Amino acid sequence: MMRILKYVVLDILKNRTVLAYTCMLAMFSWSAFSLEDNVAKGLLTVLNIVLLAVPLVSVLFSTIYVYNSNEFIELLVSHPVKRSRIWKALFAGLSLSMVTAYFAGIGIPLLIFADTGTAVMMIAAGALLSVIFVAVAFLSSIMTRDKAKGIGISVMLWLYFALLFDGLVLFLFFQFADYPIEKPVVILSALSPVDLCRILILLRLDVSAMMGYTGAIFKDFFGTSGGLVSSFGLLVLWVTVPFYLSLRRFRKKDL
Amino acid sequence: MIEIQNITKHFGKLKVLDNLSLQLNSGECIALIGPNGCGKTTLIKSILGMVLPEGGEILFEGASIRNSDEYRRHIGYMPQIGRYPDNMTIGQVTGMIKAIRNEKETADDELYEQFAIGRMLDKRMRTLSGGTTQKVSAMLAFMFKPRVLILDEPTAGLDPVAAEVLKAKIISAKKQGCLILITSHLLSELEGMVSQVIFMQEGRVVLHKNVGELKTDTGKDTIAQSIIHLLKDPVL
Repeated sequence: MMRILKYVVLDILKNRTVLAYTCMLAMFSWSAFSLEDNVAKGLLTVLNIVLLAVPLVSVLFSTIYVYNSNEFIELLVSHPVKRSRIWKALFAGLSLSMVTAYFAGIGIPLLIFADTGTAVMMIAAGALLSVIFVAVAFLSSIMTRDKAKGIGISVMLWLYFALLFDGLVLFLFFQFADYPIEKPVVILSALSPVDLCRILILLRLDVSAMMGYTGAIFKDFFGTSGGLVSSFGLLVLWVTVPFYLSLRRFRKKDL
Repeated sequence: MIEIQNITKHFGKLKVLDNLSLQLNSGECIALIGPNGCGKTTLIKSILGMVLPEGGEILFEGASIRNSDEYRRHIGYMPQIGRYPDNMTIGQVTGMIKAIRNEKETADDELYEQFAIGRMLDKRMRTLSGGTTQKVSAMLAFMFKPRVLILDEPTAGLDPVAAEVLKAKIISAKKQGCLILITSHLLSELEGMVSQVIFMQEGRVVLHKNVGELKTDTGKDTIAQSIIHLLKDPVL
């Protein structure tokens, strides 16, 4: 797998999109920290980039890249190489480059401006989000042979996780405001990796008071070390499950 | 060497391979012919594990190829239309395939020399003409001295000189005891090269015969004439 991975990474490095993405992230985060005199405000700005732009770029770039790798996959499949190895190498290569871009663009300014604990938390959450959306991209690109459809599915999934899901939760919250629904909301928020990351980071930023009563409930659950571990566990599941499903389909795909 | 037992494959509602069985032995050079869309390429891709049939079994030297990839070490495959990563150069593609196969034996560089590929190593795959891409495909297929060669329309797009070079290479591989499977629409080109003919139609094998037998049965002198005679024959 390492031999294939080498060629995948070399190919992605040649692609200027990842470089542009890194520069864009760096520009946003440096300016966010230098323009605000308050680090906490800068952090909130960066948080919004992490939660919106990082998943979008990860999912779109990966989907397009997987479709463009069709020739590469076909070339390798007629040689003595396991199919699962090709797929895993592609996944590892894409994840590696997205995480590196994220770290170079946002991780470094975070480490410089924010306190170490918050920086590490945000780097971990953002890196996981990048990998999660690479996995989502693999799933949507294996679902259909049509590139346009695949990209459409990816964008819809991003829209759902990054924007619609929030609205849905808010809607339920207002509809059932008379009932004790705080606990179901905690469970519901685990169904979207973006929300999970948002909660984890907001709690870390000590602005959870802004989330009101629910914030307290969140703090009760996610603030504990057990909650922290289980939420990171959930995020890891968000990587493995979509990727495993795509791998299973790829093994049976006709090329 | 390769045994195909009752394989069936559908693409959507279309039945591409219909309960097809074949026995392919080493030392034979077999022409796989039939009208467009009769399932030739699907059959080849099934042998290579690129297309997975729904039913039936394919055995390579007695072992099923299901969930196996090592057997492909012994196969050289030249696709009908070689599709390569656009941004890689010829040198990088060759280097990658060599690295991934990790063979201990020295590579067969005969076609590399004869097609003068050494002069084009820095050219990107995207910029190559159809014929040059075919040359690269041919070189890769023969490079690892495989025991089985699967050539899908090998001479389509090649210039006459390159086509002759490739034909000579195929004949020498046959002499060394390789199993060679060729699909082609140019029946005249197969003359003198092939020892068996398989004729497919609508996903089924209509005929699998030695060339000599075919000629005496139809009373014709060439493969092309025999096949045309058979096609006109309503009994088929």
